[in-house]
Amino acid sequence: MSRAASGNALRKVGDLEKVIGIPRPALRSLIPLRFLFLVWLGVSTVSACSAASSLVQKAAPEFVRSDLNHRRVDLRAYRGKIVLLNFWATWCAPCQLEMPRFIAWQNKYGPRGLRIIGISMDDDPAMAGSLVRKLKLNYPVVMGDEKIGHLYGGVMGLPITFLIDKQGRVQAQYQGETDLNSIEEEFKLLLGP
Amino acid sequence: MKISLARLSGTVATLFTFALLFSSHQMPAQFAGASASAGSTLTIPVAQILQPEALHHLMLTPGGEKPLILQVGSHLLYAEGHIPGSEYVGQGSQAAGLKQLEDRVNALPRKKPIVLYCGCCPWNRCPNLGPAFAKLHDMGFTNVKVLYLADNFGTDWASKGYPVEQGR
Repeated sequence: MSRAASGNALRKVGDLEKVIGIPRPALRSLIPLRFLFLVWLGVSTVSACSAASSLVQKAAPEFVRSDLNHRRVDLRAYRGKIVLLNFWATWCAPCQLEMPRFIAWQNKYGPRGLRIIGISMDDDPAMAGSLVRKLKLNYPVVMGDEKIGHLYGGVMGLPITFLIDKQGRVQAQYQGETDLNSIEEEFKLLLGP
Repeated sequence: MKISLARLSGTVATLFTFALLFSSHQMPAQFAGASASAGSTLTIPVAQILQPEALHHLMLTPGGEKPLILQVGSHLLYAEGHIPGSEYVGQGSQAAGLKQLEDRVNALPRKKPIVLYCGCCPWNRCPNLGPAFAKLHDMGFTNVKVLYLADNFGTDWASKGYPVEQGR
């Protein structure tokens, strides 16, 4: 089987020789490098898929906004707390699956210093407000826009949640449907005993 | 039997390539035609699903009739990043969005190639594509494709290096 694969590879080398004009022996010597190239390609593709990595271990971009109850939300004022910053929207089904858990976390870990902040990426604040009331969210929700989306590396799909430590540094980013148990374990480590 | 490093690496590379291809491109068949769960009404026939690389190729290929590319998800997410040349036509999950879509395409010939996309959230959770696709089907459009974005627009289009434009 490996012989067949190798044979196919050599035929491709022959084709490549015709196209780019590099002598066949030189191309043959490059065959072992293909594996390294493909590994690199795979790794770079995976990392590129996670826009998250661009903010991890960096200061969380600051913002000041009014929440849906007209209370001021200043991220800087949350220093000393562990913050879960959750981008969501009413049209995002996975986002709504997370919310009951966030409510429970805010109740359970709030006294230990956990603060959850929601950022609604809805086009219509009324829709966000309606869902906030329906689910009885116990944490502040501010309306998002392109500006805050760009600040956080481009919010081009939901949900996205950032875990921010007591120093205001992003420790993790969770994109898409994520195992909530693992998020809980990670912020518990930051909360300490 | 002696196996050279070149042959061994060739075999591993081939297997690795297949693994990459199959891991990223075999998902649509699993979702297409099946009602998605929780908040989604996604029912897209497999034949109408378009992969990102295919659309990108289509955009780059000179000549021929270019498809009308329509985003049927969130306007805010469209403003953050969208496919160059695509238009925002309202959320497919809302009556107002479907009306906006209808108004945009109503005067077009029914054979006009149209590509719908959203990428608001994972493919099988998208609430917008199914109703938008059904709307065009009901209107008699026969050349409608739906762009397959497995996770979302950021992960499956922007982060893959395909062109992105900002603004409303």
